Amino acid sequence: MTDSVERAAKTPDDPQPYAELGMKPDEYNRVREILGRRPTSSELAIYSVMWSEHCSYKSSKVHLRQFGTKAPKSEALLVGMGENAGVVDIGDGWAATFKIESHNHPSYVEPHQGAATGVGGIVRDIMSMGARPVAVMDSLRFGALDAPDTRRVLPGVVEGISFYGNCLGLPNIGGELLFDDCYIGNPLVNALCVGLLRKDQIKLATAPGPGNKVVLFGARTGPDGIGGASVLASATFEDESHAKRPAVQVGDPFMEKLLIECCLELFEADVVVGIQDLGAAGVSCATTELAAKGTGGMRVDLNRVPLRDPSLLPEEILMSESQERMMAVVVPDDIDAFMAICARWDVPATVIGEVTDTGRLVMTWDGEVIVDIPPGTAADEGPVYERPYHEPSGQAALNADGPARLARPSDLRATLLSLLGSPNVASKEWVTSQYDRYVRGNTVLAMPADAGVLRIGEIMPGAEETDRGIALATDGNGRFARLDPYAGAQLALAEAYRNVAVTGARPLAVTNCLNFGSPEDPEVMWQFAEAVRGLADACKTLGVPVTGGNVSFYNQTGATAINPTPVVGVLGVLDDVGKRVRHGFTEPGLRILLLGETRDELGGSEWAHVAHRHLGGLPPEVQLEAERSLAAILVTAAERGLLVGSHDVSDGGLAVALAEAAMAHGVGGTVRLPGEDAFVDLFSESSARALVTVRPESFEEFAELCARHEVPCSNLGATGGQELRVEDVLEIPVTELRAAHQATLPATFSA
Amino acid sequence: MGAARVGVVTFPGTLDDQDAARAIRHAGGEAVSLWHADRDLRGVDAVFLPGGFSYGDYLRCGAISRFAPLMEELVPAANAGLPVLGTCNGFQILCEAHLLPGALTRNVGLHYVCRDQRVRVENATTAWTGDYAPGQELLLPVKHGEGRYVADQATIESLEASGRVVVRYLDVNPNGSTNFIAGVSNEAGNVVGLMPHPEHAVEELTGAPSVDGRGFFTSILKRFVNL
Repeated sequence: MTDSVERAAKTPDDPQPYAELGMKPDEYNRVREILGRRPTSSELAIYSVMWSEHCSYKSSKVHLRQFGTKAPKSEALLVGMGENAGVVDIGDGWAATFKIESHNHPSYVEPHQGAATGVGGIVRDIMSMGARPVAVMDSLRFGALDAPDTRRVLPGVVEGISFYGNCLGLPNIGGELLFDDCYIGNPLVNALCVGLLRKDQIKLATAPGPGNKVVLFGARTGPDGIGGASVLASATFEDESHAKRPAVQVGDPFMEKLLIECCLELFEADVVVGIQDLGAAGVSCATTELAAKGTGGMRVDLNRVPLRDPSLLPEEILMSESQERMMAVVVPDDIDAFMAICARWDVPATVIGEVTDTGRLVMTWDGEVIVDIPPGTAADEGPVYERPYHEPSGQAALNADGPARLARPSDLRATLLSLLGSPNVASKEWVTSQYDRYVRGNTVLAMPADAGVLRIGEIMPGAEETDRGIALATDGNGRFARLDPYAGAQLALAEAYRNVAVTGARPLAVTNCLNFGSPEDPEVMWQFAEAVRGLADACKTLGVPVTGGNVSFYNQTGATAINPTPVVGVLGVLDDVGKRVRHGFTEPGLRILLLGETRDELGGSEWAHVAHRHLGGLPPEVQLEAERSLAAILVTAAERGLLVGSHDVSDGGLAVALAEAAMAHGVGGTVRLPGEDAFVDLFSESSARALVTVRPESFEEFAELCARHEVPCSNLGATGGQELRVEDVLEIPVTELRAAHQATLPATFSA
Repeated sequence: MGAARVGVVTFPGTLDDQDAARAIRHAGGEAVSLWHADRDLRGVDAVFLPGGFSYGDYLRCGAISRFAPLMEELVPAANAGLPVLGTCNGFQILCEAHLLPGALTRNVGLHYVCRDQRVRVENATTAWTGDYAPGQELLLPVKHGEGRYVADQATIESLEASGRVVVRYLDVNPNGSTNFIAGVSNEAGNVVGLMPHPEHAVEELTGAPSVDGRGFFTSILKRFVNL
């Protein structure tokens, strides 16, 4: 029997499986208070998913507010947090929208589909802003390279990203791939998408205008991702056949590609007044959010939702997370044009309801009202928790156990080669060669460049002419954040900011994916609170606002949480993309310079990790003012054509940066270290540094620029030859560097 | 006369159509969009079938596209001499449509491969390779999961003997193709299929670190200027 509103009113004492749906008793009671009766099973489905941690940010909200309150003034910010993705003005009438999101848990359960649908979901977020998605990136973390779990999860994740992203026709232009024991059983799969649109074309998730039609388009709704709803269905209907269904969604990138092209034509024809993608919480989320942000009411006939499985019950339809679906609000006069465009792209589209001004979201099933709620109570007024937090009990001891006690090597040649072959530093080509980095023809830089760079002038034919380009980088260092979450989050931002600046791009805006353990653990909550505070403070100092992002909690196995891992994405703009700077030694005879200051900072370093499996002490000092000056130099020098090459110095220090620069084009170099301790010079991970190359005739002008910005500039030597030579320290042929760098991943995964 | 008009076909799931059109424009031609569902070649002088995953490639790659209404026009036109170049998924479609012999199967190693690949032009007399020198070596990107060229022994021997292996991989065989074959032509030389992507190697700034792909486009355009 359908659990209608009428029935609910008559049976106030019917027991409901709210606990199985993840709701706390007080949350359930609040729903009863809001409605003045018990919820129907469909209403319970809606509240349980909308008030979940994933959709409501109930544990993180109080902290995330700092991204708004501390946001630096930015004229570039067109749409800030709270929408599907932030939008940034990149000049010449163009805007960019970008966001990073986690799909960690599904990727552990079913690596291929989990990762694939992670890409699909973030791409639809970008589409729902009115943009053409133009590139993706992935920030990945796995357990130790040789762990059996990693051998199961990593190939599946890579295959899923490759399968979905390649078929979708979006170039994969960068990201990260790191390994640490703490991610065994908790891989991190964070997918980023960037889209472009004309400034005047921004679309928002809103349903204004009573009488406007609500259209569901894209894939049919099936029984995927509704593990929770099955509890409801079987509790209410005692129907065992609905109980055992896959919890992970299955992706169809072909449908998503059609959806992209279809949406772009719909936007171009101007037949959409509001749009929302269907991701987590599917129809529940799309209808409540659209209605809450619009005129306030919506009527939906759930029988009209096209189904892949005709036996689906209303609760399941509401919670289904079937992929490749979108919801649009369309003026009645435009419906025919809307449907014609969908038909041209073979995209099924169905009017399932209309906008009202009643302030209620009303849904019917077989003629009976099964949902009648104020939509804002589900979408925006979920519970908010001030979770308790305190510094972890072992934190002081961890910080006291610095790297000073670690034996330092005498053979720096062997140290460099072992670092180059270590999983975190090793070439990721085995992975990145499975991604299409060229499709759409606008890729200027991609892996292993410090940041992905795209030309934007030719992305949409017929649009404004521009020479501009965008650069994007993601970074995050869980070890640094474990040692000091406040500084660790700032270092992640600083590195991504620097990685964008080394290409010559001016950093503009930030997205973030905050991966943590359980918020119910006060020690984890402390890490989270500190990381958010650090990131918000640093964004303010660097003048780059957070435009949006995602929080992923509960990344833990038993009582053991992952290292706190804030992943930060930075978007920058190049006024003339033709002036982009590459990271390697491109030709012989260039001056090699080190910018910034190197101190004895090895806490949490790659060397301590590889040589001693040690994590302790403090991370490198955060130097935001120095980062700002460094970026100013890099951007100005690139604009003036003074820089030939420019590379971030971070993981593995100057030694790894030099090796990577030499390997990029097979051009070696000879350098003399500026400091007194060769080991510190080569392997310290002090922040705010870059390795650059300039032509000898540009050196004076460049040095003067550095002096003006008070950034130390050390003249290390010159490019050329077949070897990397560090005078009096080491000499390694580039071929040997490459052999060490390239062997590691294939040895594990191609064997 | 005006610039030669080269049609670029879009099937549902085609991905490199915009890139192909840009490459044609850069070479001085006019790119004309052709839609899979139209039985209309719009009077073009030549046709480019770009890469992608038409219909998702959930069945054998290209197996559905060959039945598209546009193909009903394209196949007889190609048999009558219309120059047609298919790259990647376009090559797969040409094989499925029997405009070219053989088939493209799953890569050895079972992974999608995206890499900058050295290749050699083995036949510089086809409609699409006339602007290259015989034996010229090029750097072009490959990016595919199903690019392993196979055919029966007799077909391979006949292709080799008659110079219909148009392009061959050098150094590394990225997908396990028979005889390192990267591209073949029909007997008349007007229809060519290639796994590498010349349209991603036409600009200094973007794509592969080479502009070696330009020749495929200039070859076809010069042919029409000379007509």
